[in-house]
Amino acid sequence: MYDASTLFVQLLNGLSYSSTLFLVASGLALIFGVSKIVNFAHGSFYMLGAYVALTVISIMPNTAYGFWGGVLIAALIVGVVGCLIEVTILRRIYSAPEVFQILVTFGLVLVFQNLIFEFWGPDEVLAPRVPGLRGAVTIFGERIPQYNIVLIFVGPIFLGLLWWLTHRTRWGRLIRAATQDREMVASLGVNQTTLFTVVFFIGTFLAGLAGALQIPKESANLQMDINIVVDAFVIVVIGGMGSILGAFLAAVLVGVINAFGVLFFPQAVSVLIFLVMVLILIFRPNGLMGGRLIPQRPSDLSIDQPFRPQSRRAQQATLAVILALALLPLLAPIYVEVMMTEVFILAIFASSLHFLLSVGGIVSFGHAAYYGLGSYAAALVATRLGLPMGAGIVAAMLAAALGGVVFGWFCTRLRGVYLAMLTLAFAQILHALSVQMVSFTGGDNGIVGLARPAWLNSHVAYYYLALGAVVVATYLMRRALYAPFGYAFRSGRDSLPRSAAIGINVAFIQWGAFVLAGAFAGLAGALMAYHRGSVFPTDFSVATTVDALVMVLVGGVQSVSGPLIGALGYHIVSVELIRNLSDYWRLILGIFIILFVLKMPQGIVGAFMGRFGKGER
Amino acid sequence: MKNSICRAAMVFTLALWPLGHALADSIRIGEMSSYSANPQSTDAYRKGWELAVKEINAAGGVLGKPLEVISRDDTGKPDAGLRAAQELVTNEKVALLTGTYLSHVAVAVADFANTNKIFFLVGQPQSDALVWERGNRYTFRLFNSNRSQVLALAKMAAELPAKRWATIAPNYEFGQSAVAGFRQELQRLRPDVEFVNEQWPALGKLEAGATVQAMIAARPDAVFNATFGADLAKFVREGNMRGLFEGREVFSVLTGLPEYLEPLGNEAPAGWIVTGYPAEQVDTPAHKAFRDAYEKAYGLSPKVGSLIGYSEMQAIKAIIEKAGSTDTEALIAAARGVKFETPVGPLTFRPQDHQSTFGFFIGKLAVENGKGKMVDWKFYDGADYQLPDDVVKTLRPHAATQ
Repeated sequence: MYDASTLFVQLLNGLSYSSTLFLVASGLALIFGVSKIVNFAHGSFYMLGAYVALTVISIMPNTAYGFWGGVLIAALIVGVVGCLIEVTILRRIYSAPEVFQILVTFGLVLVFQNLIFEFWGPDEVLAPRVPGLRGAVTIFGERIPQYNIVLIFVGPIFLGLLWWLTHRTRWGRLIRAATQDREMVASLGVNQTTLFTVVFFIGTFLAGLAGALQIPKESANLQMDINIVVDAFVIVVIGGMGSILGAFLAAVLVGVINAFGVLFFPQAVSVLIFLVMVLILIFRPNGLMGGRLIPQRPSDLSIDQPFRPQSRRAQQATLAVILALALLPLLAPIYVEVMMTEVFILAIFASSLHFLLSVGGIVSFGHAAYYGLGSYAAALVATRLGLPMGAGIVAAMLAAALGGVVFGWFCTRLRGVYLAMLTLAFAQILHALSVQMVSFTGGDNGIVGLARPAWLNSHVAYYYLALGAVVVATYLMRRALYAPFGYAFRSGRDSLPRSAAIGINVAFIQWGAFVLAGAFAGLAGALMAYHRGSVFPTDFSVATTVDALVMVLVGGVQSVSGPLIGALGYHIVSVELIRNLSDYWRLILGIFIILFVLKMPQGIVGAFMGRFGKGER
Repeated sequence: MKNSICRAAMVFTLALWPLGHALADSIRIGEMSSYSANPQSTDAYRKGWELAVKEINAAGGVLGKPLEVISRDDTGKPDAGLRAAQELVTNEKVALLTGTYLSHVAVAVADFANTNKIFFLVGQPQSDALVWERGNRYTFRLFNSNRSQVLALAKMAAELPAKRWATIAPNYEFGQSAVAGFRQELQRLRPDVEFVNEQWPALGKLEAGATVQAMIAARPDAVFNATFGADLAKFVREGNMRGLFEGREVFSVLTGLPEYLEPLGNEAPAGWIVTGYPAEQVDTPAHKAFRDAYEKAYGLSPKVGSLIGYSEMQAIKAIIEKAGSTDTEALIAAARGVKFETPVGPLTFRPQDHQSTFGFFIGKLAVENGKGKMVDWKFYDGADYQLPDDVVKTLRPHAATQ
């Protein structure tokens, strides 16, 4: 249907795009390989590179030297900023569980967004064409911009440079050694601190370089960070975490598939990359070039004390709190009830994530998938079939549990970051579907007009429903936690080989946990759908998952009541920040998250219990 | 640690404290927009309504009371928009809601307005669904609908000899309805036209090189574009370099808006037929006064966001004055058919679908002094580019016009 020249030129286009992807992804892979930091802020360094390059190039003379020199200077500046961040913040969390690292770097994303907006303002700027490369070359009758041709070579050149660096220099050998076994390198007397700083410098330099090289093609804009970072992660995961050659192959694969996707299935471009990732992870669970990951430490979230059932006094306190909450509507204004209703619903969602994360050590980074499945199932049942709310809630729990069955089956075969990224991929696929299947899901506009039954119409009535739901859901999840199922699930987190040795089928138990947690997240989604009266694709978004993760963290990862306290604290703080400080809320929220992880990693409940009590946290 | 707990407790208490500190006896307007998520446009929008509020209050306010706008960031997400709406109504006790930037946020807040029986004036979103399929009796919309612009463009496109069309639009509601509307109208007028290639990049994630190549490979005679912002910049540069636009007519929505034209600089695609806002060239007395006041206040020339923000407050003032109170039912009755002045001329809200008659500019792009600019433009009165009444009736829920 297309002639050969079109296909060939499209291949070149794909390769040119691959170079950008590779520069970003190789930096990410390098940083992950050595420091094991899952750097969600990598896209922010890319964006920073674009903005810094714009400023630098506008000062430099408008010549080819001016442009390429400016790009290099911009990338160096970004590398230095990266170093500063490493020294001041990331250095403190190398030994923290990966979910903490994701959260800190997510806090950095917010801080960068706000600061770049402050420095450069809201206007988008497209850089002038590159001096010396202003035109296009003609290949088989098709024109390709000269700059894109140059970009095709940038990827392989940096692959070569990185290969030389890692195979021919002492530093590089140390980096490779540290990628394979960090502790061994440390035992041999290598100064890890400098090694990590240098690696972070190189990684962020590459991201900044990619951003700087992008400005002749794309106006620098404040959405660049989010737009690139998920793709970069997908590439690193496809390539095999920490493998630079893998990142290169994956970048080429994704770039080329994308280019031909545009030609043959333009409607499906946004899902394509995730489908490729799912396929590859099914056949090669560690990615294309990923070797066996050597566990660095005993399982990350294992804790010194097991969860213990509540003491009598704690039970009395719980009852008192429930009673106080039941009396709240008598005193508080309506707005407080509305807020607390949301807190209860989010607490259910956060608890379901906590169940996987803290009890089972499974980083469900796509937890929004179940929440969104629940909200959409409820909305579809109500609006398409006209069934009452009760049916909607049952359907939501079933749909989300089914999601748990399907995703859990894939995910329980993986570990750690791979698992996190695969769950993310599922959530992103559902997000893309909810946007694209307009006639079924309403597209971006979602589904509105969910009516509650008359007796639930008032805010007070819905407040009591949500309160009841959170009490029952928490009770049931605790039952599961202290049932043999819960103990078996925890044993899988603490020691895989030992659990296997005493005859526990860990994968099967984890699969069950996915279903259970999914059902409760679905319940939360359905309750929120009826609370708002509407559902939207944002229910599936990364931001929804991150909110839940922050709630679990704020409350305390290792505390059974953490998600409840976390939902209360985080939801109210974030809503109040957005309400009162619309220009700076991202900066403050970002700093809040970073400080929380650095200073109070055990969360509010953990800090409280560490001081005042033992027993269930 | 104890400190941290104290601090957390303090934050919590503070958070629960209702912070409403009202001006004595003012008319309170609840306003929201995607200030943090889309500052490129909403920044100008905020400046626009702030200017209008200052002018209105300096001239004695509305019904003898000053306007007080309580502004919130909807963060570009419908759930945050709903929360803001809820808070504005229950906590700040605002008389009406207005604003929003993204269509899906507006749809959510419109649904909220419907269930909570509160007046809602949509500002910038252009989604057709807002006034038709999902219209309700509490929701009015100020800016022109997506459909009205593409109807006008399709009419012009039908006069070209071009038969093979390619389209490119971001894969979300705005882009989908722009392409669908254009295509439907063009094929109605010219049954011999065929659409040979449709590109649907995810918003903000256009991979321009490959996409432009795919469009060239389909050998279209003409191109319809609905990308904007960063995607537009990528599309234009690659398209210029690869010759996609050579010998082909391009029809494009939004490209002539200062927000999207300025970043392109001298790369602005000369010859495109675009909808836009030639702010520096509109010299009617009303617009000149607005432009001068805006430039004096901020030292910047107005963007379309500024125009909408400014007109939004003019509309609210006129509606409240006609209603004589801020009672929701009185506001709805008053808003239907209300006449109000804006920098682009007098407007009204159509009673049959609550859509304003906000017009639009269509012109040709040219590059002068290294900057893009609209030339040979004409102002189109929005009243002439609406769906026929019988079509509106079939689309819009019956209860919405009661």
